[in-house]
Amino acid sequence: MNDMTAITIPDGSKPDHWATDQEVRWCPGCGDYAILKAVQRTMPEIGTKPENTVFVSGIGCSSRFPYYMETYGFHTIHGRAPAIATGVKLANPALDVWIITGDGDGLSIGGNHMLHLLRRNLDVQVLLFNNEIYGLTKGQASPTSRIGTRSPSTPFGSVDQPVNPCAFALGAGARFIARGIDTAQKQLPEIFKAAHAHKGASFVEIFQNCIVYNEDVFAAFTDKKNAGPKQIWVKHGEPLVFDNGTKGLRLVPGQLALEVIDIVDGDISGVLVHDQTNRGLVQMLLELPFGDFPMVLGVIYQDPKPSFEAQVTAQNHSVAAGKKADLNALIRKGQSWTVHDAATHKM
Amino acid sequence: MATALKDNFESTAPRTNHPDAVVVRFAGDSGDGMQLTGGQFTLSSALAGNDFSTFPDFPAEIRAPQGTTFGVSAFQVNFGSSDIETAGDQPDVLIAMNPAALKTNVGDLRPGGLVIADTGEFGARNLAKAGYTVSPIDDNSLARWQVLAFDISALTLEAVKPFGLGNKEALRCKNMWTLGLSLWMFDRDRAPLIAWLQDKFAKNPVLADANIAALNAGHAYGETAEIGGALRQWTVDPASVEPGYYRTITGGESLSLGLVAGAKLAGLDLFLGSYPITPASPVLHALARLKEFGVTSFQAEDEIAAVCAAIGASYAGQLGVTSSSGPGIALKGEALGLAIMTELPLVVVNSQRGGPSTGLPTKTEQSDLYQAIYGRNGDAPMVVLSTSSPTDCFDVAIEAVRLSVQFMTPVMLLTDGYIANAAQPWLVPDMADYEAFPVKFHTEVPAEGKFNPYQRDPETLKRVWVKPGTPGLTHRIGGIEKGFSTGNINYEAANHQKMTDTRQDKILNIANHIPDQDIDQGAAGGKLVVVGWGSTYGPIRKAVESARAKGLDVSHVHIRYLWPLPKNLGDLLKSFDKVLVPEMNTGQLKTVLRDQYLVDAKPLNKVSGQPFKIAEIEAAIDAELARKG
Ligand code: SF4
Repeated sequence: MNDMTAITIPDGSKPDHWATDQEVRWCPGCGDYAILKAVQRTMPEIGTKPENTVFVSGIGCSSRFPYYMETYGFHTIHGRAPAIATGVKLANPALDVWIITGDGDGLSIGGNHMLHLLRRNLDVQVLLFNNEIYGLTKGQASPTSRIGTRSPSTPFGSVDQPVNPCAFALGAGARFIARGIDTAQKQLPEIFKAAHAHKGASFVEIFQNCIVYNEDVFAAFTDKKNAGPKQIWVKHGEPLVFDNGTKGLRLVPGQLALEVIDIVDGDISGVLVHDQTNRGLVQMLLELPFGDFPMVLGVIYQDPKPSFEAQVTAQNHSVAAGKKADLNALIRKGQSWTVHDAATHKM
Repeated sequence: MATALKDNFESTAPRTNHPDAVVVRFAGDSGDGMQLTGGQFTLSSALAGNDFSTFPDFPAEIRAPQGTTFGVSAFQVNFGSSDIETAGDQPDVLIAMNPAALKTNVGDLRPGGLVIADTGEFGARNLAKAGYTVSPIDDNSLARWQVLAFDISALTLEAVKPFGLGNKEALRCKNMWTLGLSLWMFDRDRAPLIAWLQDKFAKNPVLADANIAALNAGHAYGETAEIGGALRQWTVDPASVEPGYYRTITGGESLSLGLVAGAKLAGLDLFLGSYPITPASPVLHALARLKEFGVTSFQAEDEIAAVCAAIGASYAGQLGVTSSSGPGIALKGEALGLAIMTELPLVVVNSQRGGPSTGLPTKTEQSDLYQAIYGRNGDAPMVVLSTSSPTDCFDVAIEAVRLSVQFMTPVMLLTDGYIANAAQPWLVPDMADYEAFPVKFHTEVPAEGKFNPYQRDPETLKRVWVKPGTPGLTHRIGGIEKGFSTGNINYEAANHQKMTDTRQDKILNIANHIPDQDIDQGAAGGKLVVVGWGSTYGPIRKAVESARAKGLDVSHVHIRYLWPLPKNLGDLLKSFDKVLVPEMNTGQLKTVLRDQYLVDAKPLNKVSGQPFKIAEIEAAIDAELARKG
């Protein structure tokens, strides 16, 4: 697009306005395409401008993302997108900052930065593309790979316990946690919009299909035929039901544990109603073992607190209030004296 | 100072009562408040009109076990009526608050120098902790020095008795008693110290009064005690210095103020991303307090995040600064490559310390020069500057900011633990005398065609700086090799060659925008030039001064711009028969000079964690001039 003219995107833009002229270089069929499409579809609807939008990424397949968005973009180094984004947002809180990362980038080499970004609650959207594998380096096991994953670096199967990204985010202190699926084109823009509207760090894990190195690793719940019984899309204030309203989640009587029950004749008594501010419930939902339970998707947790950059800015202002920024006076502070031609006097 | 030092270097004769300069070292347990005592004594020297230089030497452990040799904290001050450039080779006076302090410091004292020791701390336990079987005060092992040993502890307790302090609190006043005695020895005014104590203990007037009483008692002791020859008053005349407004300043303070001044001259807000590390933390502490100057300080989760956040801030249009020491700089290496690749301004302060690895956190060294010039993956050139003294930090920091924003490049500013902590009198400049270099962000939307984020100034090769938020100029940058002006990903062979050359040429071209190398002392050619950089400035200057006074043909060149090097440096060095390079490393500048100019630079190396002594450099000058060939 816009080959011969400067980039200007009108208000009331179309998704195409948010795409660059760069050739997209993901493998054909990669789940990243669908996520890109969903983001480009979201942008016109959230009332932000391209020039006020910054996409920051680390390294990995997903991190090429900024090159395809007609916004400001910074493709940084492995794992460090949260740290760079922190500087961007602190320097200019008016910018709308999105972080694009992956399971290796965001939870392995950059795990420490992710932890601190979430606990500080920087007002950014983190989109973590989880494909449970290292794609760009040709298929090694990642920190989200399930035990037994065979890869060039784990030829006999991985033995280390994987991390659950959303549970990690909750533990780190994130105040917005959502899960989506690359192909879920109806729900993804809604999640992105909610993430964008949330003030503070929004953590969105997106199950992304790497068709080359980990094809169909999520098929057990992403396949069309599995979607009903194996996906539960949660919504604040609504009962936790799935499989076309035929199943629901409830507390095991007398225990702090969840179980799946059949809903007969639409009778949802006993089925839990989702409360996205109830941290205990959220923790149980995030850690439900898949298989016995469906995969919990949608906006699972949202309980805003003041954002980091807002507090930094407020402190900068309140401390500076009433003080004059007089550099000459500043450098004259401290233990001082004046040397006259002959004698010395203390100031 | 050099002359005074020479006079006494090999002699044990008592010094004159009217010396050019005196070196005093206060040494005690970490908890004895020696840094505070030294600092206040220095202030009294400043107020008496002396020039001075100080060197604090404290242990790496915050609270090392009491009485041990590794818990000794010392503060040395050299003050005098002539130009003072170092903290002094050898103390003339050592104040030792316990056996461990005596043991670790007395060897440095000049023969015939004065030891003042607190016998109240020389009990069996403390002697044993210091590794003495017999008290050195009794066994004649201190015969080379004049020893004045008396019970400072008891005298302090006596002085503060009326205030009803507990024993421990009362003993804490020992340092003020000692300071009082020191003030008497050098005929100093007590009033400013009393005012300072009243201010310091404003919330606890009893403590203020007790400390003042101790200070007065120490002073009175000097005046009235009949001790004989050793304890006497010395007169040090005021130095003839340029008139004006002075303050004491440490390198850490001076550097922080310089960064703020630089940002202001550039018209930018300053963003500091930093992670605590010795000896760099003072910069973080100082900048964290200056919010009204448009400073945002961010204590990051680690060194990498600190530099990355600074890069992010620069990308967003502020002046990104990160500050650390060698180990932290090592962690930042990859991100520095990103700043080089994306051609963003960034100031990186390295307060060097002894290495490698954790090395000697509180000791000084200048062994990160290779790291600064070469220490990144790929061909990754950046500007490297160095500071040569505490007061010099201010101007060098401004220069670092200027080069960084004018050439869109990271700049490494090398200082060290010695400079960071040492203090000097500073003739405070007027900011109106500095020329501003306001940054102009690029906002112009091209009339046709796409905006190219890597479009360059044809002369300096610097690219445009666009703040996100600017309409019509959205673009992407990153660490992947990019097309020459488009910034788009580009892996083509010819393009990478061109971009590598461009990044290199851009930095080398800065040599056209920095001053020529000047000569600190001596002629622009001759038998020998001593070339230094960083905090070796003081000892080299004094050594060359002294050698020249003896009639030797030697000059001193001190390099501030380490990369790119000044244009005339090669010719300048080649106009001397010999080149001597004293460094607190194993010969890093020496290697650079040999590589760049094929000159036969000879190293003089010291890596003991202590600064060079003037005498060491002077001896090397003599040897080098005597050497055939
Ligand atoms: S390797 Fe996998 S994740 Fe990477 S682009 Fe190809 S399909 Fe997508």
